[in-house]
Amino acid sequence: MSAPTDVALHGHDGHGHEDHHDEDTPHASFKGYMTGFVLAVILTAIPFAVVMTGGFAKPGMTALLVLGFAAVQIVVHMIYFLHMNTKSQGGWNMLALIFTIVLVVIALSGSIWVMYHLNHNMMPASAHDMSNLP
Amino acid sequence: MMLSDRTDFTRLIFGRLSWDAIPLHEPILLWTFIAVAVGGIAVLGLVTYFRLWGYLWREWFTSIDHKKIGIMYMVLGLVMLLRGFSDAIMMRLQQAISFGHNLGYLPPHHYDQIFTAHGVIMIFFVAMPLVTGLMNFVVPLQIGARDVAFPFLNNFSFWMTTSGAVLVMMSLFVGEFARTGWLAYPPLSGIAQSPDVGVDYYIWSLQIAGIGTLLSGVNLLVTIVKMRAPGMNMMKMPIFTWTSLCTNVLIVAAFPVLTAVLALLALDRYAGTNFFTNDFGGNAMMYVNLIWIWGHPEVYILIVPAFGVFSEVVSTFAGKRLFGYTSMVYATVVITVLSYLVWLHHFFTMGAGASVNSFFGITTMIISIPTGAKIFNWLFTMYRGRIRFEVPMLWTVGFMVTFVIGGMTGVMLAVPPADFSLHNSLFLIAHFHNVIIGGVLFGLFAGINYWFPKAFGFKLDPFWGKCSFWLWLIGFYFAFMPLYVLGLMGVTRRLSHFEDSSLQIWFQLAAFGALLIALGIASTLIQFVVSFRRREALRDHDGDPWNGRTLEWSTSSPPPAYNFAFTPMVHETDAWWQMKRLGYQRPTEGFGPIHMPKNTGAGIILAGISTVIGFSMIWHMWLVVILAFVALMAVAVGHTFNYHRDYYIPADEVSRVEAFRTEQLASHV
Amino acid sequence: MSDTTLAITDTQGSPGKLSFHVTGEHHPQNGTLLGFWIYLMSDCLIFACLFACYGVLGRNYAGGPSGKDLFELPIVALNTSLLLLSSITYGFAMLEMQRQRQRATQAWLALTGLLGAGFLFFELQEFAHLIHIGAGPGRSAFLSSFFTLVGTHGLHVTFGIVWLIVLMIQVGQRGLVPENRRRLMCLSMFWHFLDVVWVGVFSFVYLMGVLP
Repeated sequence: MSAPTDVALHGHDGHGHEDHHDEDTPHASFKGYMTGFVLAVILTAIPFAVVMTGGFAKPGMTALLVLGFAAVQIVVHMIYFLHMNTKSQGGWNMLALIFTIVLVVIALSGSIWVMYHLNHNMMPASAHDMSNLP
Repeated sequence: MMLSDRTDFTRLIFGRLSWDAIPLHEPILLWTFIAVAVGGIAVLGLVTYFRLWGYLWREWFTSIDHKKIGIMYMVLGLVMLLRGFSDAIMMRLQQAISFGHNLGYLPPHHYDQIFTAHGVIMIFFVAMPLVTGLMNFVVPLQIGARDVAFPFLNNFSFWMTTSGAVLVMMSLFVGEFARTGWLAYPPLSGIAQSPDVGVDYYIWSLQIAGIGTLLSGVNLLVTIVKMRAPGMNMMKMPIFTWTSLCTNVLIVAAFPVLTAVLALLALDRYAGTNFFTNDFGGNAMMYVNLIWIWGHPEVYILIVPAFGVFSEVVSTFAGKRLFGYTSMVYATVVITVLSYLVWLHHFFTMGAGASVNSFFGITTMIISIPTGAKIFNWLFTMYRGRIRFEVPMLWTVGFMVTFVIGGMTGVMLAVPPADFSLHNSLFLIAHFHNVIIGGVLFGLFAGINYWFPKAFGFKLDPFWGKCSFWLWLIGFYFAFMPLYVLGLMGVTRRLSHFEDSSLQIWFQLAAFGALLIALGIASTLIQFVVSFRRREALRDHDGDPWNGRTLEWSTSSPPPAYNFAFTPMVHETDAWWQMKRLGYQRPTEGFGPIHMPKNTGAGIILAGISTVIGFSMIWHMWLVVILAFVALMAVAVGHTFNYHRDYYIPADEVSRVEAFRTEQLASHV
Repeated sequence: MSDTTLAITDTQGSPGKLSFHVTGEHHPQNGTLLGFWIYLMSDCLIFACLFACYGVLGRNYAGGPSGKDLFELPIVALNTSLLLLSSITYGFAMLEMQRQRQRATQAWLALTGLLGAGFLFFELQEFAHLIHIGAGPGRSAFLSSFFTLVGTHGLHVTFGIVWLIVLMIQVGQRGLVPENRRRLMCLSMFWHFLDVVWVGVFSFVYLMGVLP
């Protein structure tokens, strides 16, 4: 509960409650957008450059690098473009985001794990695997 | 040439729809159609005769009042319950007689549609509307709000759900429904195996209803987060509101998965992609995997609000505050998160390895811990309380006994080796009916009996309520305990005919149970009629018929359009109980104008156009699809140009309504 | 609810007793931005399913072409820069909106829409080319999941552009009134969200798709 203030200040002008939400409005700034933009350009350019010049000897390493840069860039977008912080909308935005990320990770990694196991067990790739089946 | 031109033109407009789609050759459907048509014309005639169209349109169809929308959801759910249950009793009858040389009265082609329609309707168009309706009606009242956060969206969501229901009902008389089981697994549901319209009816009705469900989830979520009365922090919310919050989190996080996976199935059927086909690298198990990522949270979407209802009912009728409020909240939150980690237990037998199966088996068993905690909380709430065995409390006690049995068979199924022999058997059927009837449906009936006086101003007749309860309870045990036995003997689900006549007695017992349930449903309908006729005797004068504890009982029954003349302020969980205890005096003057949203017809129009899009997609009527889509966009965009969406209820009207309540209270206390 | 504006009256007028209602009108906060954010989160899960499909099926070529054979990274790089530029121009539109400068807001919005249309143009060209050489969505599960994932993103961009045009008209009609400002903020979230999804698409689909 905040300290009581007088509702009369806001009156009954129909848009009374419209004014409140500006407190919630993310305060964007030119500097913020430019920082985000420059970082995004760098974080895009590096993986593109690495892949287009042939990548590392091990494709797994390249894939890891690409995914890592993507993850960092997504965080950059969240902070500088979507203005995510722990305070906007009373923290509910952040909570929703974290919950969603958890579910995305569960759905993505879970599906890949489950389906990998299925393929491994049910579709043996070679005659050698086949002979090991019960 | 002329003829072929005309055929092309007809095809452009009507797609593959022709007179052959009307099932005149199936006597059961024909008679159903005649009955529905006669009944429908009678209802329409009566509405016209009593000149109710204007009233219905103004006061109900275009209403954005959360209470009326909630009631409309409940009506939709109850009407669809009749359809879903007639499917059930047809199946029970078929299985009771179809042994040996007797093939029963339903050909497999028809039987398969019936079990599919039964599952789809009961989950999507009975349980979901009833749950959503209850939340819609109760939550804003419980948190002291005047409406939901997005009132227009609420109306739109309701009509989208209805639109899906209309499409399912259409499949009865125009074409046919899917013959794939309620989750339409490919490759059976793919275009190669199911080239007809059944699966398309399934896809489009669920997609359209799914939009409604998702939007109503967002709506209620924001309502609970943003519109609670001052002082009601998270740990002072009534427990039903808490369970609604978790339910809507589940809805918002699970239904997109259903939308995506059905869209992929639709692409396989319409655009020739190869997600779930047998060749070109498709993998049908990916569909099963994805749809259960939605499907398991879905069962918690249904049961969690029921847990909320039982919590409210137990503490009200025991006259005590809920035992272990905090543990109840945490149990609900834990169930919400865990429900995303168990989906594979629906397909242990698909061939994933031991590590995968044991992970999901263990997470499934863990989920029974918070659920068990809840049962103990309810028992401790009842312990040493002055329990009044009114109808809602009867349903609650019936639930506690029945649900525990269902929960224990659930833990049995969670053990992968046991599941290998029980999978797809009647044991599974008995298990999920045990938790859905004994949990969800009992909860909904408890909720309907509990909040009915709030919605309509008079209580439901207790005699017929008790008849309904006992018939349902005994009928349930007769109908489903035999299925446990049959399942353990290895009888699989979805069969329309049996050779082994030694099984017949169990199916006859089950059919007898279904008959008792039919009488239970009839008792509920009689209960509504009798209560309406006895409404003066059953009148709820002060708005608090059960000596309730939460804010919805502080306003009149039925509540005024604005719910509360003054927004309440909350100091503890059982806010109304505290107000009564401290001798709170209801203010009788100083009313101001109240800011409310305006009714709009946009929701029903948009949903109507969506029905047309769904129907024409099903029948490949491409021209109609395009035209209706353009119309949909035009109406949707046009609606955003309307900036005048609210109005004020004048202060003297509020004063008049409140003065009437003052008078009512004075003459009856 | 520490942030509501209200006045407390004491029913009895004596201090120390609890009061149970708010006098005057109580304005709950507007929930549109939170509601829209929650909608975006649900949209995010739709994309998660499509990514999961691509993750599971993305190497099932069924004897057809692979990502290495098909993807042209220079065009993807061009598309990525168009979308990134449109994100920053939308940001500038929001900055102008904060200063209540209607004309400048609309100009930046128009530029954003053009950049989005450019993105769609190159994407459709890529699709047309793939279908033309026989690598359409029906060729293999890999191409089915590729077309669906990238196409769904493109569909979102299309709806974003339609919405942007509608909003430009509405801002022109009524100016930067609170409703329009709120709508612009929603579209801003939508637009930046699509950029975030695109980061996933170019990394997971294109860059990782050309790896052996």
